[in-house]
Amino acid sequence: MTTKPTEKRSRFEPEPMPRRDFLGLAALASMAAAFFVSMFGMLKLPKAAVSASPSKKYSVALPDALPEGEAFVPPGRSVAVFRDGEGVFAISTVCTHLGCIVKPNANGFECPCHGSGFSKDGAVTKGPAPKPLPWLKVSKGGSGFVIDEEATVKTGTKV
Amino acid sequence: MDEANRSALNEFWVNLKSVPSQIYRAMFRGGAPVSDRTRSSFVFGNVFLHLHSVRTHLWSLRWTATMGLGIITTAAFLITLVTGVLLMFYYKPYPDVAYQSIKDIHFIVPTGRFMRNIHRWAANVMVVAVLLHMARAFYTASYRKPREFNWFIGWGLLVTTLALSFTGYLLPWDQLAYWAITIGANIAQSPREITDAMGITEFFDIGGLQREVLLGSDKVGEESLIRFYLLHVMILPLVLAMLMAVHFWRIRKDGGLAKPVDVDDRVKADAEEHYPVFTEEPQKTYQLAAVVKGRTPAVGSGPENTVPSMPHLFYAELGVLMFTTLICIVLAFVSDAPLKELANPLVPENPAKAPWYFLGLQEIVAFSAFMGGIGIPMLCWIGLGLIPFLDKETEGTGEWFGGPGGAKLVGWSMIYGFATSIAVEAVAIRFGWLREWFPDIPQLVITLVNPGTVITVLYAGFSIWALRRFNSTRAGALALFTCFLCGFIVLTVIGTYFRGPNWEFFWSPADWNAH
Repeated sequence: MTTKPTEKRSRFEPEPMPRRDFLGLAALASMAAAFFVSMFGMLKLPKAAVSASPSKKYSVALPDALPEGEAFVPPGRSVAVFRDGEGVFAISTVCTHLGCIVKPNANGFECPCHGSGFSKDGAVTKGPAPKPLPWLKVSKGGSGFVIDEEATVKTGTKV
Repeated sequence: MDEANRSALNEFWVNLKSVPSQIYRAMFRGGAPVSDRTRSSFVFGNVFLHLHSVRTHLWSLRWTATMGLGIITTAAFLITLVTGVLLMFYYKPYPDVAYQSIKDIHFIVPTGRFMRNIHRWAANVMVVAVLLHMARAFYTASYRKPREFNWFIGWGLLVTTLALSFTGYLLPWDQLAYWAITIGANIAQSPREITDAMGITEFFDIGGLQREVLLGSDKVGEESLIRFYLLHVMILPLVLAMLMAVHFWRIRKDGGLAKPVDVDDRVKADAEEHYPVFTEEPQKTYQLAAVVKGRTPAVGSGPENTVPSMPHLFYAELGVLMFTTLICIVLAFVSDAPLKELANPLVPENPAKAPWYFLGLQEIVAFSAFMGGIGIPMLCWIGLGLIPFLDKETEGTGEWFGGPGGAKLVGWSMIYGFATSIAVEAVAIRFGWLREWFPDIPQLVITLVNPGTVITVLYAGFSIWALRRFNSTRAGALALFTCFLCGFIVLTVIGTYFRGPNWEFFWSPADWNAH
């Protein structure tokens, strides 16, 4: 954009300003860069590296007289623990639809929020739930059994 | 020397005495709004009032032009702002403590219960008014050029208003709040329904990310409460206020409210009552034409059929503000804002219901979380945003139900919209849905084919029929908008009044106890 200084110009087409253009564009570019870098940083902020929540692994003392097919719910947990002839198993009671806590009933489980129904092994029988209730990993130890809510096992795995 | 001193002192004394009147004159330079000229400067000399234009067209002042819905929304927002700030004196955003502080506000704080009731009712009024205001703008085809951008801003305002209501819902930390937000957060996670079905959740878990960012944890807890609080009292109100300022300013910049082309033949200023704008031939000044973009400013004709905004428009606005305040106060006296038991993460409220304006969504969420909570709402939202760029017709701008088809088409669309949604819901309630008929059906089929999507497809089909029948995009839009409005009403009513424990159908809440 260099021009001869002698050239006549109309006031509607004033002198081009290459130097100022350069400074202006540099300011603009640095602003854009700063904006995107800081946005990147700020967008990272809301997702903490570790989220505060109670331990998902805990031991459970099953009552000796737990009848077959009846659920034992450890206090303060959203898990139903069962014992039958083949062993002990734990099914999550968090509905796979929208996270309400399902209630064990005679046929399995029912969800109070949107009416999903599950059979005794957690399979969906009714309603909007997209997935069966997950079976959680149970191992022997602690004061009887240790349940790990973060590890799921195949339906039918009993300890 | 002595003489000069005395006069300076005298002057000082005179100035001191006139300080109040000087301050007044410095603030209001134009003087009292008694003539058309001072009325004008009253408006453009005031940073808040100048969002309005100086003169208002008679057409826009008619009650039926807007029904005051935009101002009702604004008024309700101002009321929530004032009462909300007052509630912040006592509210403490921490689990369990929050619940206690709401109880304190309810039972101990003088006027606390009243303020909370007004806050809650004004929020409800705001949601209703903003929806009706949108319907008004749509039915009068006010979104058309040059008002496309303002429709866009309004589109953002609608979402911000709903987000404000939703975030406020968690703050009392009672059972109602806790489970409504749990459900809401899981709706944010529901894209997993699709990613799971495709088996890609491991690599691309957008649903899980949305939920985690919203809650700040893997469940609704202290992190979630502070996030919702921050959004509710700071971020969203700021966004809303900013968008509102642009929204109002744009009305002025877009030439006032939408009016029919032949509006000046329809309303005539009464020569007896209204002082004409130009009392003599205007001096032709063409300089403006070089500065102002677009059509050349009218030269030779004044803004006829307009009246000064002060007092005509402002007094009307004030009237609507007082009317809205009255409504909120009466409702606050009649009905207390609910407060259930303290939130219990182990036992869901049964039934767990969201705020009423989300119950239509909850109704279709009860068939598919993703489609009901994200898919269909997004479709509606995107469709609303695109209207001004798809309907470029001119017929019927500024008139109720203007455009091809008109009120008759809207009437038929209402019948169709109500009938279809009621019919589909009736089938689903009476006979169940796919899972009850074919227990092994894949989840993806249910996600794609459920009452919500079926109603949507039926509405879309009707809209396409209307578009072809009248050979007009506007006709298609009229049909579709009306249908969705009716569907929204039907689903909301079913969700609110006919769903009880376990989201089962009940003819009346009185039967809930039988469960």
